[in-house]
This record gives sequence, C-alpha cells and structure tokens, in this order.
Amino acid sequence: MSIDWKSYDANGFYDELITARGKPRPAGSVLAKYLGSLSDQEINERKLAAEHAIIEMGISFTVYTEGGNIDRAWPFDIIPRIIARSEWDPVDRGLRQRLTALNLFIDDIYNEQRIVRDKVFPAEVLAQSKNFREQCRDFHPVHGVWAHICGSDLVRDADGRIYVLEDNLRVPSGVSYMLENRQVTKRVFPELFENYRIQPVDEYPAQLFDMLASLSPRPLDYPEVVVLTPGIYNSAYFEHAYLAQGMGAELVEGSDLLVADDDCVYMRTIEGLERVDVIYRRIDDWFMDPEAFDPDSLLGVPGLMRAWRAGNVALVNAPGAGVADDKVVYAYVPEMIRYYLDEEPIIDNVPTYLCMDPKQCEYVLANLDQLVVKPANESGGYGMIVGPHATKAQRREFAELIRRDPRNYIAQPTLKISTAPTLCDGHVEPRHLDLRPFVLQGVRTNVTAGGLTRVALNKGSLVVNSSQGGGSKDTWIVDLGSGG
Amino acid sequence: MLSRVAERLYWLARYLERAEGTARMVTAYNHLALDMPVADRLAWAGLVSITGSEDLFEARFSGYTEAKVIKFLLGDKDNPGSIMNSLSHARENVRTTRDLLPSEVWEAVNELHLFARSNLDSGWTKRGRYHYLSQIRSRCQQITGMLAGTMSHDHAYHFIRLGRNLERADMTSRLLDVAAVSLLQEDEDKDADGAGFEGLLWVNILKSLSASQMYRQHVRRGVNASDVLHFLFHDKAFPRAMAHALGEVESSLAQLPRNDVPLRMAIEIKRHALQSDIERLLEPKTLHAFIDEMQQEMAELHSLISETWFSLDRAA
Repeated sequence: MSIDWKSYDANGFYDELITARGKPRPAGSVLAKYLGSLSDQEINERKLAAEHAIIEMGISFTVYTEGGNIDRAWPFDIIPRIIARSEWDPVDRGLRQRLTALNLFIDDIYNEQRIVRDKVFPAEVLAQSKNFREQCRDFHPVHGVWAHICGSDLVRDADGRIYVLEDNLRVPSGVSYMLENRQVTKRVFPELFENYRIQPVDEYPAQLFDMLASLSPRPLDYPEVVVLTPGIYNSAYFEHAYLAQGMGAELVEGSDLLVADDDCVYMRTIEGLERVDVIYRRIDDWFMDPEAFDPDSLLGVPGLMRAWRAGNVALVNAPGAGVADDKVVYAYVPEMIRYYLDEEPIIDNVPTYLCMDPKQCEYVLANLDQLVVKPANESGGYGMIVGPHATKAQRREFAELIRRDPRNYIAQPTLKISTAPTLCDGHVEPRHLDLRPFVLQGVRTNVTAGGLTRVALNKGSLVVNSSQGGGSKDTWIVDLGSGG
Repeated sequence: MLSRVAERLYWLARYLERAEGTARMVTAYNHLALDMPVADRLAWAGLVSITGSEDLFEARFSGYTEAKVIKFLLGDKDNPGSIMNSLSHARENVRTTRDLLPSEVWEAVNELHLFARSNLDSGWTKRGRYHYLSQIRSRCQQITGMLAGTMSHDHAYHFIRLGRNLERADMTSRLLDVAAVSLLQEDEDKDADGAGFEGLLWVNILKSLSASQMYRQHVRRGVNASDVLHFLFHDKAFPRAMAHALGEVESSLAQLPRNDVPLRMAIEIKRHALQSDIERLLEPKTLHAFIDEMQQEMAELHSLISETWFSLDRAA
C-alpha cells in the first residue's frame, strides 16, 4: 500500500480531495480508494505510462531561455482534480454572468462610455489604460461581443469558496492542455472513467469553430476560418496548431495573409489568393497590423484593422478587448455586473486594493509583507511580488515601484489557496493549484466543464505558471446523481 | 492550401527521403567494406562525394577515416545533410504543419527523431551501426506508409509525394555518379592492380537502393554495368529507378493547380532519362557528364516548383 491518506496532511489548507480528518470528500471517495489500492509499482507504472504518452503525443510547450527556445514535454500530474457538478454549476453561471458584463463594458467603453458618465467607473483609470485602443472607437462588432474567448483564473481560499483571481481577455491560452490532459488520463486510468460520470470536454474545438463561423461577414455554408499565430517560436505555438487541427482550419502566419485594395483579407495559397472571413488571432493587438499599431512588427498583416473596421473580416478576440484585461479594471467587475445586468455577482473577486487610491496605497505600503502585489497589465506571473516570501530588500524595491506608478499596481491578500494530492517521488503530497475555465461567447455562451488545473509542483510554492515550474492535472466535473 | 505549408510539406518529404537514402548508402557501403579484401580499396571518401559535401567534410576533418565519415554522415551538426540534421528538419517541418497531417505521423516523426538522437552513439560503433541504420530506414518507410495510408491524397499529399520522388531520383543519380567516379578512378589504377572490383561495385549500388532482389526478378541475368544502368535509368516499375521516380513526380505535378511550367519540365527530364543510350553511358566519362546534366535539370525543376507555388510574391 503506497498511498496512506491518513498520513496525508494539507497543513491547514483547504484540500480538494482530502478533508482535515484524512477522509476523502464525497466526490473523490472512489478516486481516493482506488489510488490507495495501488501498489508502489503500479503507481509508478501509471506515472511512466503518462510520461510516455506525453512524449509520444508530442505534447509540449516552449520555454524562452537565454540560449534560445526549448520545446519541453508538458509537466503533468496523473492524479485528477475532482469537483462535484453541484458545486460547479453556480461557477458555470457565474462565469457566463461575468463575461456578459465584461463584453457590455468593453462595448460601452468604445462607444457611449455611459459607465464613466455615470461615475461607476473612474475616468482616470480609462485615461491611463495601456490596452485601450483609440483605433477601436465607435465600432460595434457582430453580436456586440469583443471578448469571444475568456480564460478566467479561479482559486479556492481556506474558507472553501471559489474566487476569480483574474480575467484573461487578450489571448488566453491553455485550453489545448486541458484537452490533452483528458486524453492522457483516459490512457492512464481508463477503469476510473467507468466508475465516474465525468463531464466531457472534447467538444470544445467544435464549439470554438461554431462560434467563430457564426461571426463570418459573408453568409456562406463554409466560411474561411483561420488561426493566426506569431509562429513556431511562440510559447503557445503547440496550442495554435492543436486548435487549428481540431477545427480543420488553416494555421496562418502574418506573411500568409494580405489585405487587398478592396479592404478584404486574403491568404496566399497554391491556387492563388483566397478570401478569409474569420481570424482567430493568437497575436497581441500591438503586433497585429503595422499600419495601425507597431510599425516595426513583422508578425502582423498591414491593413488588418482597415478590413476589420470595414466589416469584411471578424477578428477574435476583437482588437481592444484587452482593455478589460487590466487588473485595475478587474477590481470593478462586480460593479459592472450590478451596473449592466442589475444582478449580484455569483462569483466574488478576491479582495483587491488599488494603489491609485491614496488611502488604499498607504495600506498596501504598510502591509507589503502580507500582500501579493501585481502589475496591472502583465501576464504569466511576471513582475509580481509575494510579500510574505520576499526579502526586505525586494519589498523596499517594490515599494519604490508602486510610489512611482501607483496606477500600475494592485494588491491582494495572500490567499491560502487550496491544495490537491500530487504525486511526488512515489507518494502524495499537497500542492497548491488554481483553475482556468474557458468561456466562449458568440450567439451562444459555452463554459468548459472544469478547465485547466495548474499545479505548483514545488513544495509550498504558489506559482502555477508552466513557464515558472508549474504543472497541470486533469480536471473532472463529476455528476454524483441526485445526491451530488 | 497555403503556399508556406505546401513548401514545408515538400521539404518534410525531401528530408525524410534524404535521411532514409543516406542510411541506405551507409549500410550498403559498410557491407561492401566488409567484403573488400584490401582495406584501402574502398575509400570512405566515396561516401562523402555521393552527398556532394567534400568541401564541407575537408573543412571539418583531416583525412577520410571510417570513423570520421560515419560521424559526418550520421550526426555531424555542421553537415546540413547528416541524417540527424535531416531528421531535425523533417521534425521541424511536421511540427509546423501539424494541423494538416494525421497526428500519428507527428508521433512517428517525433519518435524517429528521438530514437535517432538518443541512439546516435551506437550508430557510431561498428557493432551498433547496422541496427541503428535499419531502424532509421524502416521508421522512415513506416512514415511514408502512414502518409500513403491515412492521409487524403489531396494537394498536401501531392506536395509530399513530389518532394519524396524528386529527392529519390536525385539520390539514385548520386549513387550512379559514385559508380562513374569510381570507374574513372579504377581506369587510372588498372595497370597497377589488374583485378577489377566492378562487379562488386554494381552489386553494391543495387543493394544500396534495395534493388538487388527486384533486379534479379525483372532482369533475370547476372549483374553487369549495362543491365544495372538500364534498370536504374529506364525501369518504370521499380520505385527507386529514375524513370519511375520521375514518373511519380510528373503524376503528382499533374494533380496540382497552375502546373503547366513545372509539369512540362518534369516530362522533359523523364524523357531524357528514358531515352538515354546505355551503350554510350558505359564509358565512365560520358556517364558522369550525363548524370551531371540530369542533376542540373532536377535542380531547375525544383526552382520552377518553388517559383510556381512557394514564392509568396507570385501568389500576390
């Protein structure tokens, strides 16, 4: 008997599988019992099988290093994370509510700006927004949707409640790993799938395609949908190729496209030029069109914004959608939900201090050793400081950064984010994790069943980004029937 | 399909075929070396000259020893045509066109690349070499088979078939060129030595193309220069014969849009191979000159293919 749940100790954190008494939660009891019945050797065999499958399936991610880019095997933990469907359903509803409000906000911001006029959203936050694009003013995309794909990061605190940590509305990534994690887990634990009613995740590429196709400016049976990638050296290239393949869409680079004199987008093919209707772009606003944004960008397509504004091509997510990706804007999402939808937020934000507010800033500076401070517009866990884990010198340095540019920083209490059993050298140990579900909004809205669970593989660490030593797990939303 | 993607698929096939062809050549040469009574009779330089990379080799190493040549051809990082580099390029080309290829092909190419890299050391040893090379060969063939059996025979597939067969014709012509060069060499040495190695040489050429069995079945005569040349230039049924490989090039070109210029050129090259006068080619100098012409024509065909479908400016 390798795994002894009685000796598993989550050390005061909320554990996703095992309660303080060493007993599994109802949704996880079958899993815990099953894992406990496996010998050391069996567990090791499963782990090797998963590693082998990952290499064989070529599931990789790219890491930027000083020496260039390395394609690495995807770090994966075989023990799935389980959430009961009864607990997931409100989260699902909360995510829909959130994205609906965010899209109303973005559309408003680029048009009437009612929310600013009504003083619900401060004008100065907008004035200093890095991702507000003047080029997008006075435009209404199809269905009024700007952010068609959103990846929101959720965490569970010690109180057992789930909070939104941030919303990713520019080019959220990770969904391919969610899908591949499921494939690997099916190979490793086929027998568990017989004993659980696990919500499938495989239909995501089809839903994504339908959403994209519904935005086509030409009413055709088969609109030309393409995925625009910055290229093979991008850290998410694996995902770009994966999704294009899953949708049967062309994976294009900027140099494959051109905007002709008729303001339509074409791709260069062996047959000549072919018109493109919908572009799922996985490239930042700033690099998308050298005519409208960075003139030195070689990744983009000159004239793309012209074609978009003329209504001849749909861009997903729409340019400028990142205005809501700002962590200061995030703090206002609950207000947006009340303002636009006249509803109470179903999922709460993590309490957030805005350094732009002098009072809150004072509090942040005085309590740096207890707070996590993040820059408003970075992603991938870059440029942040975890107060309790930082040195005095680092905190001093950060205090200076905050004083110099308060608008650019927010602070949150150090959450006691939840753990789940993770395989470490043949036995299980608690590791911290988060969850990134993906929400699609077009004519309809879809939420993935679960999402991508990211795990901090290093003991005690709270950093889950794969670029910084994190791994992942399969995520199961299980239906326990009437009781669950 | 995208021009850029067509180009990558074409090169994917060329690199895979090149890796397989090089593995074949080294295997055959290795066998021949074991058969030769006098060690210096079989200069390892011949193997390098087949690939047309003498300059590069000589810049990297001094002296053509077995160990150096094998290292150069199997795993040398600075030799763009080494098996390892060909496979890395092939992998990179699949990695960047995964959206179009059956996923098992990506897995197989990935595994092949992994195998070649992690077993390179054993390929360098005399004992491990045979197994290493035969694995490379059969895994390449497996991928070719997967593509033929699981990929729609659409435009993408025809670019792959085009690359594979053009590379194959090129490889065969290179091997025949080695024969020409070796025979020229031997003419000069004949007075000193007397005993020829011609027979062994032609057997070896056939073996390196996995052609000796088919040659026996179809030619039904002993191995001699005239029959081997006839078989490898004119046979329309054997996959690695020039006439067949160029015929495949032609039929793939015929499936592609806007094909008139490259297609006309391909037909011309095939006719050139088919109409070659074998009796005349038995003279080593003529053979060498003829192969030179064919290689130039194939290079020209490659440029036409590239201008027609890959060059982005053309499509614009």
